[in-house]
Amino acid sequence: MTKSGRSVAAAIAVAVTGLALPWIVPSITTQAAFLWLMILFSLTWDINGGQMGYNSFGNVFFFGVGVYACALVQRDSGLSYYAGLGAGIGAGALAAALSALVLGPAMLAIRGHYFAIATLGLSIVAANVASAWEYIGAASGIAAPLFPGAIGGRAKFFYYLLFALAVLTFLLVRRLYRSRLGLAINAIRDDEDKAEAMGLHTTRYKVFAWSIAALLLGAAGGPVGNLVGFIDPNDLAFAGATFGVWMVLMAVLGGKGTLWGPVIGAVVFHVTQELFWTWLLGWQRVAMGLLIVVIVVFFPTGILGWVARRRTTAA
Amino acid sequence: MSNLTVLADAPVLLVQLVVSGILVGAIFALVAYGMALVWGVMNIINIAQGEFVMLGGYVVFFLDRAGIAPVFGIPVAALVLYVVGVALYHTVIRRIVGRDMFTSILATFGISILLQQLANQLFSADIRTVRSGLPSLFFADGMITIPEVNLVGFAAAVVVGALLVAFLRTTRMGQAIRATAQNARAARVLGIDTDRVYATTFAINCAICGAAGGLVAMTWFIQPYLGLTYTLRSFMIVIVAGLGNLSGVIVAGAGLGVVEDLAGFVLGSEYQTAFVFMLLVVILVGRNLWLARERRSLR
Repeated sequence: MTKSGRSVAAAIAVAVTGLALPWIVPSITTQAAFLWLMILFSLTWDINGGQMGYNSFGNVFFFGVGVYACALVQRDSGLSYYAGLGAGIGAGALAAALSALVLGPAMLAIRGHYFAIATLGLSIVAANVASAWEYIGAASGIAAPLFPGAIGGRAKFFYYLLFALAVLTFLLVRRLYRSRLGLAINAIRDDEDKAEAMGLHTTRYKVFAWSIAALLLGAAGGPVGNLVGFIDPNDLAFAGATFGVWMVLMAVLGGKGTLWGPVIGAVVFHVTQELFWTWLLGWQRVAMGLLIVVIVVFFPTGILGWVARRRTTAA
Repeated sequence: MSNLTVLADAPVLLVQLVVSGILVGAIFALVAYGMALVWGVMNIINIAQGEFVMLGGYVVFFLDRAGIAPVFGIPVAALVLYVVGVALYHTVIRRIVGRDMFTSILATFGISILLQQLANQLFSADIRTVRSGLPSLFFADGMITIPEVNLVGFAAAVVVGALLVAFLRTTRMGQAIRATAQNARAARVLGIDTDRVYATTFAINCAICGAAGGLVAMTWFIQPYLGLTYTLRSFMIVIVAGLGNLSGVIVAGAGLGVVEDLAGFVLGSEYQTAFVFMLLVVILVGRNLWLARERRSLR
């Protein structure tokens, strides 16, 4: 099969699986929706982490901004359910992208590990502020409005929303990496000073790329908040210890700096987690820490890197 | 913010906040010095720093419950954490020495999650504290209260810090550690077993954190999730003071303690942690702007 034929086949397979999944096995609709969310998480993280070389530990911040912006619009705008949801998701995406635009120039000027730790600080500040600020529900969070459709319909509805978002993210990211912007951020990753000396406006590219990641993460916030139904500042919106770390881990697991790596990493990670985590009865987070250490120390190039190495030694 | 007017009306409260801030800051400085040691010698930013503090606190807590006073508990905590450090070095850390910073941050982040969740499973998420039974001292008609245990903690931090400096300056191993920090390759050429140096450095850092953790359990409280705040505090102190700058670390540690106390009082304690992390971001951004200005003046 030719390369384009293969990708058409892959696209059809993904589309059919994605569309049919909630009808074949309705009991796992929510978990499957989270699978698409995980793919979106690791793909957007890889824009700045893998392709641009800015290893953020705080991208979950943008997701949280999206979750809260959507919930606030739904609570306070007085619109009907679907109009409110649409406006909320739009507001979430915009708020997240705007915060990336505002924070970007200062944050992305910080290099290397200082950037990693600054972003980590950012997401924890957000979690702490969100759990102390009365207007947005403080530590008791916000409940999402009731879904007006059928009882089983809620999970399906948000499943398709997240599926669409994940597919959109993948297509957008693929388009992005083939464009000038993709070349520019790769140049920044390889040698930022040289890229700057060649005349690239590095700050502009960096902020723009980060804002795209933020936009998509912010857009995902609304559907997830409504799917779960209850927004907790520490466990859902600004969940640095889970979502925040998973983003990084999934991209590294699959192979960061590649298009398919984050997708593969997210699928492997999420499926493993859903299959085995329930057996561990509370020890799953211990296993999580162990997994991070093992992956980072022994498989730093991820699954795709490992496959590539196998292939070169075999040839 | 109304507390700001309280502060203006009773300036003596300011003295209270400053003094207790400095006393707490000494413990921060101790943890930060350990982080600077590992960073400087091994080029690793240890995100699990705070978890070692937490573990040390639990050792002292459980020994205290078994009837062993913290005076003896703290050295035991240091010893236990030294062993933990050696074990971690040989399983994980030695494989990430010399790799890029991102790997070391992510790997130690993994260790930090592992230890924190282990503590949560084994010791429960309850907040624990070691009751010292020491009285508080009162000054200025009871306006200033200083718990004696905070003074003890301060003194102990100073003693541990002094012991560490003496070790690095006078012993063969200390000299080897300093030589490796200056130039690992040259040190290896001159016959220094850098693998052993790294193991010792990492384990000593763990021991320092363990002792500091005991002091935290005595003067404050411990719980499984407090690690990250200590890690990021030390990180802040180290980047403000610079690597290998002991007096800088002490001043920055005390300064952070004071600023944090003031912020907790003025903004309310629910925003105190948020303030610490905000300060971290501000310091990193500010440091960067300052460096950019330096670069410009070079041209």
